[in-house]
Amino acid sequence: MKIEGKVWKFGNNIDTDVIIPAPYLVTTDMEELGRHCMEGADAAFAEKVGQGDMIVAGRNFGCGSSREHAPMAIRGAGISCVIAESFARIFFRNAFNMGLAILEAPGVVQGIHEGDLVSVNQDTGEIMDLTNGERFLANSLPPFMQELIQAGGLMSYVMQKRQG
Amino acid sequence: MPQTITEKILAAHAGRDTVVPGELISVRIDMALANDITAPIAIDQFEKSHTESVFDPERIALVPDHFVPNKDVQSAIQVQAMRTFARKYHIRHFFELGEMGIEHALLPELGLTLPGDVVIGADSHTCTYGALGAFATGVGSTDVAAAMITGEIWFKVPESIKFTYHGKLGKWVTGKDLILYTIGDIGVDGATYRAMEFTGDVINDLSMAGRMTMANMAIEAGAKNGIICPDQVTLDYIKPRAQRPFECYVSDPDAVYAEARTYDVSGIEPQVAFPYLPDNTRGISTVGTVPIDQVVIGSCTNGRIEDLRLAASVLTGQTIHKHVRLIIIPATPNIYRQAMTEGLLEVFLAARGIVSPPTCGPCLGGYMGVLGPGERAVSTTNRNFVGRMGHPSSEVYLANPAVAAASAILGRIAGPEEV
Repeated sequence: MKIEGKVWKFGNNIDTDVIIPAPYLVTTDMEELGRHCMEGADAAFAEKVGQGDMIVAGRNFGCGSSREHAPMAIRGAGISCVIAESFARIFFRNAFNMGLAILEAPGVVQGIHEGDLVSVNQDTGEIMDLTNGERFLANSLPPFMQELIQAGGLMSYVMQKRQG
Repeated sequence: MPQTITEKILAAHAGRDTVVPGELISVRIDMALANDITAPIAIDQFEKSHTESVFDPERIALVPDHFVPNKDVQSAIQVQAMRTFARKYHIRHFFELGEMGIEHALLPELGLTLPGDVVIGADSHTCTYGALGAFATGVGSTDVAAAMITGEIWFKVPESIKFTYHGKLGKWVTGKDLILYTIGDIGVDGATYRAMEFTGDVINDLSMAGRMTMANMAIEAGAKNGIICPDQVTLDYIKPRAQRPFECYVSDPDAVYAEARTYDVSGIEPQVAFPYLPDNTRGISTVGTVPIDQVVIGSCTNGRIEDLRLAASVLTGQTIHKHVRLIIIPATPNIYRQAMTEGLLEVFLAARGIVSPPTCGPCLGGYMGVLGPGERAVSTTNRNFVGRMGHPSSEVYLANPAVAAASAILGRIAGPEEV
């Protein structure tokens, strides 16, 4: 599947308290969480971001808490995909389980700029900056994680296995 | 094949003799836990699956510790969801107010997490139980929901990094300082996806409380787990508490590590992590003059009785600075009562501190001590991210309980030797 979106850029070590501050963890409603997405870094982010936009960030994106509200808030804000140099471990897992598309791709922080239009091929991992023509390739996923995605997330995978 | 303790525990729970780093395996879990922030999502997911029962009602722990006593109507509703779920599926280890403590202090204290266990928790500081010689790691709510159905979880077997500590600890240097120093050395993503194994003479001599503080903060270096091989100190702690049989695993002497680091602790002084990352550490002698507004002593990192004793040893006979608020949070009801019996609460109150019931509250800016714009806190907690304890312009400085207590007295970040 190929998606296109406008890029919002963030730096290294974007933590889960920045992605969704703890006072908002009293709800599990994705849209409500989305209204406070990235508030710790940019209080107006949720108002500025458009449906299908993308986040490009540096190293260790999503470090900190295990709160699944973090990928939920990003999805709730309308973000289609997060591309980073690297992800923190629990966030990486949660994003897959929640169905948020994430790609680990070296070089994106240097090569992609805020406001650029970027195209992502989720099947091949090809990332293209349509504004400046730069190309990147995301690290490939182990077969088991691809199975998880094909099943529609962890819960669907577990239920399919139990019924199968 | 020689193996690390992490590899041995994972292999045993995967029904295998050995595993190698990088392999994806499915393992049996001994305990799955969630709190009042993460359990509601797990419960939603579980109920949507229309599963009739949990895999084992004895192996699930639901601890409403983050925003409890309920801070508002919404947090009350989240705990109601946990309570209803616990009753419906006969989950014994649901902790109502009065029994509830901060999860990572409470479960080891009650002997519910044991050496050799695989423990998963929808809380990033689940890695604390590694101090007991368990494989313990934080996961998300959906992982816990799936595990509540199957009793299993998938993992990539992590590589291990071996951290060896030798030398003599200074008087005011604790497990907190060793882990802050280590994170300062390797960085907040220095151990991402890896196991941090702590070893050496200094660790052998460290109390269980100090070991738990170290394993607790492995996540702040990005680690999958922190772990310490069980020894007599572990057994002395575990034996009177264990509620089921357990097995002790230790690393083979010729086990393979991705990396090894050795520290001579003799030169390490109490550490302070400056905003806004736990790896932004400095020795106490180099902090300069940093005036503060609040001190918090508590949390899953430093809310144990040993931590309260250390703070009380500095605060005895003292009154805190008139511009400072001091909040002390014993991590469990037992620790609270012990502190009362030992006269520690009297010391805190006489110093003009307040003592809160067990809660995570201020650590994550929830309640019970949220910071206003520009305010600074010295805290014995584990994170100093932007806005972690309140307003985005507030600042958190992480330190051990002795430094926190001394700072409360002097109104600025200070070491206990200055008091």
